[in-house]
Parts: sequence; C-alpha cells; structure tokens
Amino acid sequence: MKENALLIHPRDNVAVALRPLKAGEQVMGKGLELFSVLEEIPASHKIALRDIPGGEEIIKYGETVAVSTRPIKKGEWVHTHNLESKRWKK
Amino acid sequence: MSEITGYERKNGKFGIRNHVLVLPTVSCVNGVINHISREVPAAVCAPHPHGCGRGGPRDTQILFRVLAGMIHHPNVGAVVLIGLGCERSNTKSLRPFIEQAAKPIEIFNVQEEGGSLPTARKGAAAARRMLAEISGQPRVPLSWDKLMVAMECGGSDAMSGVTANVALGAVSDWLVEKGAAVIFGENTEMIGTAHVLARRAKNEEIANKIEQMIQQAEQRTQDIMGHLASWVISPGNMDGGMSTIAEKSMGCIFKGGSTTINQVVDYGEWPTEKGLILQDGPGYDADSMAGLAASGSQIMFFSSGRGTPAGFPAVPVIKVASNSRIYEAMKGDMDVNAGSLIEGKSLAELRGEMLEQMVFVINGEKTKAERNGMDVFTFMTVKPPF
Repeated sequence: MKENALLIHPRDNVAVALRPLKAGEQVMGKGLELFSVLEEIPASHKIALRDIPGGEEIIKYGETVAVSTRPIKKGEWVHTHNLESKRWKK
Repeated sequence: MSEITGYERKNGKFGIRNHVLVLPTVSCVNGVINHISREVPAAVCAPHPHGCGRGGPRDTQILFRVLAGMIHHPNVGAVVLIGLGCERSNTKSLRPFIEQAAKPIEIFNVQEEGGSLPTARKGAAAARRMLAEISGQPRVPLSWDKLMVAMECGGSDAMSGVTANVALGAVSDWLVEKGAAVIFGENTEMIGTAHVLARRAKNEEIANKIEQMIQQAEQRTQDIMGHLASWVISPGNMDGGMSTIAEKSMGCIFKGGSTTINQVVDYGEWPTEKGLILQDGPGYDADSMAGLAASGSQIMFFSSGRGTPAGFPAVPVIKVASNSRIYEAMKGDMDVNAGSLIEGKSLAELRGEMLEQMVFVINGEKTKAERNGMDVFTFMTVKPPF
C-alpha cells in the first residue's frame, strides 16, 4: 500500500495527510505505527499521533507550532478548531 | 553543469536579461506607461501605485530605494523614466540615482511634454530607440559569484514546507557552495523561528539582528492586527492545512537552505556579502518580491501550494508548485512540480532538474510568468497616505 501520511520529525505529535483521508482509513507512513483516523482529514492537514491533552504543545518540524485548546484523540484532525497560536491568543 | 552567461554592466554587475525598463516615478502617470506598453510590447513596462502622498522618512527612503533599485537593476540595460512633475519622487530628486546608474536613461515629464499622449508618444519612440541600441550587446560568460538568487514563497499550503521550500533550500545550498548570494525575506514568516535562524548566524551581531528583526515583525503584526493577530496567515493558508504563523514560518524558512546566514539587509538594500542573506521585508508576496529585486537579485524561485501566477518586471521568476494537484491545475503558470517528492522522486533528482532549468532561464529561456506577462509591481509602505 502507498504511503498516505508523513511524519516530518521524530519528535512530532502530528503527521501530515498526503491525500484526503476518510474516517476509519488506516494511516501509513515511514516511522508511523498503523492506526486509523477517527474522522475525515483534508489533504496536507494534520493528524494527532497520540492522545493530546488540552493545553499541550503541538509539535511539527520538531518545533512547537501551536497549543491544543481541548483534549485531542489519537487519529483526530488537528486544526484551528482544537488548537491556537502560542503567541497571540484568539 | 553548463556554462551560464549574462550581460556585463559598467558598474561591474551582470544581468541575465537586457531589458528596456519603462518606469513611472508616480502612479499618476501609469496610463502613460500602459500606452507605451501597448505600443512597444518588447519593453518591460512597470506601473506601480506609489510615488507621492506619503512623506514620512521611512516611506521616502523605501520609495527612493526601490525606484533606484529598479533603475540600477542589472537585468535592465536602459530606462525610459516617465515622471509627472510635482510628485515626491520627481525626476529631479531622482537625479543622483540616475547619474550613478551608468546606463542609457531618457526622462520625460508629463507636465513638461504637452500632457499624457504626447509623453506616451515620446516615451514609446525612446523605448524603441533604446531596444535597437542595446539589442547588439553580447552575452558573456558569467561566474556564479556574480549572481544573486532570491527565494520567495507565497500562497503556501502545508506541503510548501515539506516539498517546494525544501527543494528551494536544496538549490540555495548548492548556489551558496558555488559562491553565489541567496537572499530571502518575509520577516512575518520568520515569526516563531528566531531561535532556529539565529543559531545559524555568522556571528553574534548578526544573530542579534535576526532576533531583533523577528521580534519587531511580531510586535508590528500585533500592533496592526490586534486581537486578529492569529489570523495573520491567509484563509487559503488555513484551508491548505496550516493553523498558526509558527507552523507557516517553520515551513517557510526551509527555502533558505541550511548554510550560515552571512548578512541581514534592510528592505531593498544591496547586500555586500555573498552566501545566505536575510532581508528585513514583509511577507506580502508583491511587496517582498520588490524588495528582493531592488536588492539586485537577478532571478527568483517562488514556491506556491495554493497557486499564484505572479511574476516580477525584468526579473525571471521560476514558479515551484508544492503539490501535483496545483501543478496540474495551473500548468500554464508553474515551472516545477515539487509535489513529485511525495510521489517518490528523490530530492537530489528534483534539485538536479531545478538547477538545469535555472541554467536555461539564466541563459535566456523565458519562465512561464515571463511568457504570460504576469508582472506585478508594488512595494512596501509603512504609513497610510495623506
């Protein structure tokens, strides 16, 4: 099967969808364990790689890029509805 | 790698194009420029929306620096300068820059030449004359250390930082190794990356400058946008999978590759160093390209995930798509598909293709933005007009 997700940095807690993923679809990519996405993920958007509590840093490229605003389950879509910028709060 | 060629200028710089530039001093005469453009399509006509109505020291500095940068640009062999007469950047005030340019420049002011259409006729005749005059100038061998390449990204998506900007970075590293200068700006898109960029600075002074520049960009964004600051990235960026400025910035800075940062220059300022240079300029593509061009870069790479056709007057812009979908959707605008990295192409292979394409473009082959006539020219201002 072809890879459908990308882990950019080993420290990351999100992966990037390489194409649109359907709910229940299995994630496949180098350095990623097999798991299913819980909801639809648009192409190039982020998928939680583990359960992330509210207020935790979202790590991509090995660096902090945002903070979660509520608990996010492994396999959930990670985007502006469940994270915020660390520097300017919405 | 094949030989590269260019046009030697009297000031020791080299151009990779030999254009006649038709430049207005002020937006009031843009209609004249558009007339000349229809009459003489071979000239590069560059209307812009500025030139008056902003008198503050910083806006005046930028105005003169960008107009001078366009007149001095090494890809420009001759200039037809169209003025109005009463504007801030009038042709008399520009005279010191004109005299330093050491290239043929003809000047026409609408208020002195009998109005708009007579000025357009005279300007068009001058442009034709100059095209004939400079067309005989031969290309000569060019060494890489005479080249400055700008790296720009715009209309980014979350693939930009995984494919296209990584590819631009690989090209940047290759160019620096060859002795060229590589410049990138967009300080807004460095917010959140100060610690990453500062540790690559040549010395502590440059590290401090980088930190200060990014701190100012962050403060400015907050001052301008208030509680909307977190929306500083565009709606299209968010649809494309990016959520915050820090996420966007991490993807953006890849375009500068991994070498030491040798200098930080102001907007439109000419670097004195080779290697990797940062420019203190804004993230808005059109303004950013003007700053990078006014700094003397002869060619640009421009990555895009959402897709933008924008080019720049007199400076070839190589468009690099971050994903195959937008490459296919805008095939007439995109020169390179970095989305191929996701489909299994190696970075080394893609870089090789991009370098080959860059050599063709340097030696005269037109980019898609050049062929399509997609020039955009405007530049940064810091205060509202009065």
